Amino acid sequence: MFGYYLDLALRSLKRNKVLTALMVLALALGIGASITTLTVLRLLSGDPLPQKSAQLYYPQVDPRPAQGFVAGKTRPMPTLTYTDAMNLLKLHKARHQAVMALTHAKVMPVQGSERPFFSDAVMTTSDFFPMFDVPFRYGSGWSARDGEAHARVVVISDTLNQKLFGGANSVGRTLRISSHDFRVAGVLAPWSLQPRFYAVRLGGRSYGDGDGVFLPLQTALADKMRPSNLNCYDTGDLSKLKRAPCVWLGMWVDLPTASQARAYRSFLANYVRQQMALGRLHRPETAMPDLMQWLRQSQVVPDDVRLQAWIAFGFLLICVVNTVGLLLAKCLRRSQEIGVRRALGATRRTVFAQFMVEAGIIGLAGGLLGLAFAELGLWGIRHQPAQYAGLAHLDLSMFAFTFVVALVSSMIAGVLPAWRACVLAPAPQLKAS
Amino acid sequence: MLKMTHLSKVYRTEVVETYALRDFNIDVKEGEFVAVTGPSGSGKTTFLTIAGLLETFTGGEYLLDGTDVSGLNDNARSKIRNEKIGFIFQAFNLIPDLNVHDNVEVPLRYRGMKAAERKQRIMDALERVGLASRAKHYPAELSGGQQQRVAIARALAGSPRLLLADEPTGNLDTQMARSVLELLEDIHREGATIVMVTHDPELAARAQRNVHIIDGQEVDLAEEPRFHADPSAAGSMA
Repeated sequence: MFGYYLDLALRSLKRNKVLTALMVLALALGIGASITTLTVLRLLSGDPLPQKSAQLYYPQVDPRPAQGFVAGKTRPMPTLTYTDAMNLLKLHKARHQAVMALTHAKVMPVQGSERPFFSDAVMTTSDFFPMFDVPFRYGSGWSARDGEAHARVVVISDTLNQKLFGGANSVGRTLRISSHDFRVAGVLAPWSLQPRFYAVRLGGRSYGDGDGVFLPLQTALADKMRPSNLNCYDTGDLSKLKRAPCVWLGMWVDLPTASQARAYRSFLANYVRQQMALGRLHRPETAMPDLMQWLRQSQVVPDDVRLQAWIAFGFLLICVVNTVGLLLAKCLRRSQEIGVRRALGATRRTVFAQFMVEAGIIGLAGGLLGLAFAELGLWGIRHQPAQYAGLAHLDLSMFAFTFVVALVSSMIAGVLPAWRACVLAPAPQLKAS
Repeated sequence: MLKMTHLSKVYRTEVVETYALRDFNIDVKEGEFVAVTGPSGSGKTTFLTIAGLLETFTGGEYLLDGTDVSGLNDNARSKIRNEKIGFIFQAFNLIPDLNVHDNVEVPLRYRGMKAAERKQRIMDALERVGLASRAKHYPAELSGGQQQRVAIARALAGSPRLLLADEPTGNLDTQMARSVLELLEDIHREGATIVMVTHDPELAARAQRNVHIIDGQEVDLAEEPRFHADPSAAGSMA
């Protein structure tokens, strides 16, 4: 019977092309707007490391003076001082732990004719790579011992390797950063986390291309590289970064089990108590959000993006209500046909199915056109001056989701008219004719 | 074939009850050709829609082909309409989007019949009414008489036990009306049971038996050799 319903639906839709076009257009506009905003929202609020995000935590302590502290209300600062970061790192209470800061590395050309350029760089510790499952094309990261020994080793991104070495295996080659030579220890495979969660509060972009250079923290500091984001809470000698009253290092720890996470929270609280006893820290508050909690706390997704998504879905609802009205009008105009079909043996269920198939076809057509509108909307977003603009593309799952939205919308729009059609008493329709 | 006993149909509003049928009795035997006559508003069409299971009744009993239809649900009523009853309407009630072939096919589709059998039955029915050559035409391309023949073909295609006709010649001119009536008579001679509602005395006279309804109650004229014409009725076959 489905084929028959399909045939009848197509005939019915062809009979009144303008009305059909209006319904398809209404749905398509709503779907296009919704999918566009939803794609952006999904892109921005996605899980950058789905396989690990539940076990990665961001420990925070508060180094500020006691003045101004309100228990339960004052949140710790978003990054750590060098002292706290190093203390926590050296105590090594997690399976993996890494501290990091962003900087800009002045990369000297490998061939003489080219000019030096700045590359986004991460000053970090050796666990950064295994903890974040960073993929390598060639070589590997540096060891903890290399890091402590201020070794001049560097890991570069695939993009930078393409630019400097034409994509060849550059492990062992020398790269000059500022005025020092570094040995390339590893080349990453293409790796671009969205959002770039480790950079969120370190003064870097949250979205877009990944970093080009990864350097051992101690080596970079020895070479006088400065962090992109330095947040000072007190006056003091800011030239001595390691002792300055400033926070600038982010720390991530890998705690695979819930009990390990509980133990680390307890360890962190104990650490703060101990530091308070020593007179170094003055606020007992600690925090240790997991990756997704951290992104939410950091409000990575701009509020206006959420608002746009709500507005777009509200618009879709209005479009669906319009389509309901148009389908109802159509249904009432066909009441005589419905009466005849009922007289000839159609059950309520078959009449309902016939009208739902018609609504489904409108939904599919609306979905196809909506997809084109969504592509157009995303094209518009790609031309906006936003960090995430270049990433606004419809992926396969959103492509499929478009049709789910289209079908569900059309089914919702179709239910009331189909119900009205199937409960229409046949006798009055036939008498009226 | 069709037996109604003390049947009543009441339309109720908040302030008034209107009896469309009151203590109505009729017994149509298999193979009979019965005309149900009466003035406008007498309850003829209400009788036909109840007989065709398009409407429920308020009281009494209705046996169709031996089945008490009062307790049947929508599916069962639809199945009986589809398999046992053929409808012929005054206004033809063809579906304008569908060509002649597809209009005749409608009841067969709801029966879930295979395509080959459908095709055979459609062509047989169209040949029976002399319109096989017009299978691809749309209703708007046919005359009134041809449209009614298509409607008859649609009613016949499912080989129903009972044909219910509501003023089948009411919208036709004299010549076309005569031709449609002759077709109905042929169908009856072949063994079909026909119940025809009409207010046309000449048309009623062609039936084997007349049942006259006034104010929802029947006056059986089976004993009368001639139908007494209602002076208010407009006869198209005069």
